Amino acid sequence: MKQYIWLGAVAALGLAALPVQAAEIKIGFITTLTGPAAVIGNDFRNGAEMALQHIGKKMGPLDVNIIYGDDEQNPQKGKQAVEKLVERDNVDVVTGQIWSNVLLASKDVVLDANKFLISANAGPSDLAGKACHKNFFNVSWQNDQTPMALGELLNQKGVKSLYLVAPNYAAGQDMVAGVERTFKGKIVGKDMTAWPAQMDWSAELTKVKAANPDGVFVFYPGGHGPAFLTQYDQAGLTGKIPLYSVYTVDALSLPLLQKAGNKTALGTFLTQMWAADMDNAANKKFVADFKAKHGTYPSYYAAQAYDSIMLIKSGVEAVKGNLKDQDGMRKAFEAAKFDSVRGAFKMGPNHFPIQNFYANEVIADKDGTWMNANRQVVLKDHQDSYATQCKM
Amino acid sequence: MNYVLFAEQLLNGIQLGMVLFLLAAGLTLIFGIMDLVNLAHGSLYMLGAYFAATFTQMTDSFVLAVVISVPLMVLSGIALEIVALRTLYRRDHLDQVLATFGLILFFRELVRIFWGAAGRTIPLPPYFNGSVSLPFGIDYPVYRLVIITLGLIVAGGLYLVVQRTRIGMLIRAGASNREMAGALGVNIPLLFTVIFGIGAALAGFAGMIIAPLTTANIGMGDTVLIQAFVVIVIGGIGSIRGAFIAALLTGMIDTLGRSFLDDLLALFLPVNAAEAAGPALSSMLIYVLMAAILFFRPQGLFPPKGAKA
Repeated sequence: MKQYIWLGAVAALGLAALPVQAAEIKIGFITTLTGPAAVIGNDFRNGAEMALQHIGKKMGPLDVNIIYGDDEQNPQKGKQAVEKLVERDNVDVVTGQIWSNVLLASKDVVLDANKFLISANAGPSDLAGKACHKNFFNVSWQNDQTPMALGELLNQKGVKSLYLVAPNYAAGQDMVAGVERTFKGKIVGKDMTAWPAQMDWSAELTKVKAANPDGVFVFYPGGHGPAFLTQYDQAGLTGKIPLYSVYTVDALSLPLLQKAGNKTALGTFLTQMWAADMDNAANKKFVADFKAKHGTYPSYYAAQAYDSIMLIKSGVEAVKGNLKDQDGMRKAFEAAKFDSVRGAFKMGPNHFPIQNFYANEVIADKDGTWMNANRQVVLKDHQDSYATQCKM
Repeated sequence: MNYVLFAEQLLNGIQLGMVLFLLAAGLTLIFGIMDLVNLAHGSLYMLGAYFAATFTQMTDSFVLAVVISVPLMVLSGIALEIVALRTLYRRDHLDQVLATFGLILFFRELVRIFWGAAGRTIPLPPYFNGSVSLPFGIDYPVYRLVIITLGLIVAGGLYLVVQRTRIGMLIRAGASNREMAGALGVNIPLLFTVIFGIGAALAGFAGMIIAPLTTANIGMGDTVLIQAFVVIVIGGIGSIRGAFIAALLTGMIDTLGRSFLDDLLALFLPVNAAEAAGPALSSMLIYVLMAAILFFRPQGLFPPKGAKA
């Protein structure tokens, strides 16, 4: 009899201990905190922090414990950082992930451990198509979509000949493929440059000038963007050949360009699924608070990181904090019922968003600060082209 | 082939070569004379860029900023040599690689603490902006011409110093045979400090003049350092003349590869294959050249006279 009492006491203690242990959700957030791209990674982290501030570091009944991992913009380092988060810190969800090559190198660490992986930026084609996974979600876009919107925008603007310049890595190739898929005019030149090593485009810009196209498409995220635009200006191409970009002219590069007085970016068009001036309650609150705290507009990196935290919150709330209920969480992630800063969107069958893509124009706002202003819808409720290859 | 395009690409190649030369000249002296493998040379390049960014902001003049920054780089180099590198001369190369790699991390963190993770753009004065028309219908960015000119001036100056002055004679003596120079009463520690100061100034100067184009950023020294090592291996370690010619060669091959290789490959490959192979191959070209030189002429193209291979 005595032993039963003991057993009962132990069991009671164990049960009492359980809720304490499970009273937090551990989120691993992979970003870049060292190297030239650290400026992206900081903004990415600031977006996540802003979300945590707005939700009071609570998701349903659980406290949020966020642990940041630094990928140093390097697939190997990124994989090590993810391994540390999954194996040592035992996080419940891994999110963040700026770079497609880092995501591809590290995804199996998370998925093999049967945990959720939610990309807040990178959207490589593999993961949208044949390598899709029930526990992988993307809250940003598939890499091809934004450039596909740009190709469509070029058609609408009557651009007949185009020159493409982009870095030679997974995302760069996807961006170029995306533009080529929708652009109906002629591609008169294409240069893929070493990434991230090359920051001088003398040879490429000389070729652009010689080709004299109706438009130039570029994709250079992070610190490369301002450098490219500076040299574009130097080469005398500003105002001569219109520039179109994706993920290059953003809230991180514009302050630098404005400070340097480089007007190349002003008046250029880009495509995006979000803009800082979008008119919805969630976005207004996010942008206003972000500007108050950091003194600059949030970049789309920050916006997406914000959304990734909100998506996780919607999942945790759906299962009332019972993280063991993975099916319940997955259902909630698939429903994506939260107030996204981009407005409402649907999660597609391959766990990538089906959403609008807009043309944004670089303008000076009423305070004179350069920013990306939302213009017309280019692609409505757009689904990526790999969804049909996904067998989940 | 479009001759104007080709001529402009040649100029681009020369411009890249000049920057590589400025970096490689210091590296080759430090490696050749002091027998020190200094991986932190790229960090000095980065430091120069950030100095220029700061002083441009303070003085509103890029030119003035360079004038202030160059002596500061000499001092930084001398300080670095005295504080950190002096103890490494007697160690073997592996220890030097480890220690100077540590310095790379140190400088990265230092720059992040002082200047932040975001890069710095450096506005150029209006007279350096835009492009200029040259004969034969060539249009070329003014500032890239400025870089070429500055590179040539520095190269000429270095030539005069090395060939015509007493310190140059000591440098040449040190490059040919360090022990003998020491035995003949040359103050080797002082010579090393001076050389390191000059090397640091050259690297910093390279960073300063490239920064208005590429922005000053934390990783900028890393890739260019590898190219600079390629240059000194091709040119012959310890030789300024070798560094100059090898830098031009490397700059030219790299630029022309990026410009024309994909078109060239497209002549005998399917377009898709050429598009895929072009960038990969062109970024390999300079290493292929280095491997070939190492195979046929392991001492490099122009090793200093009397140097042990």
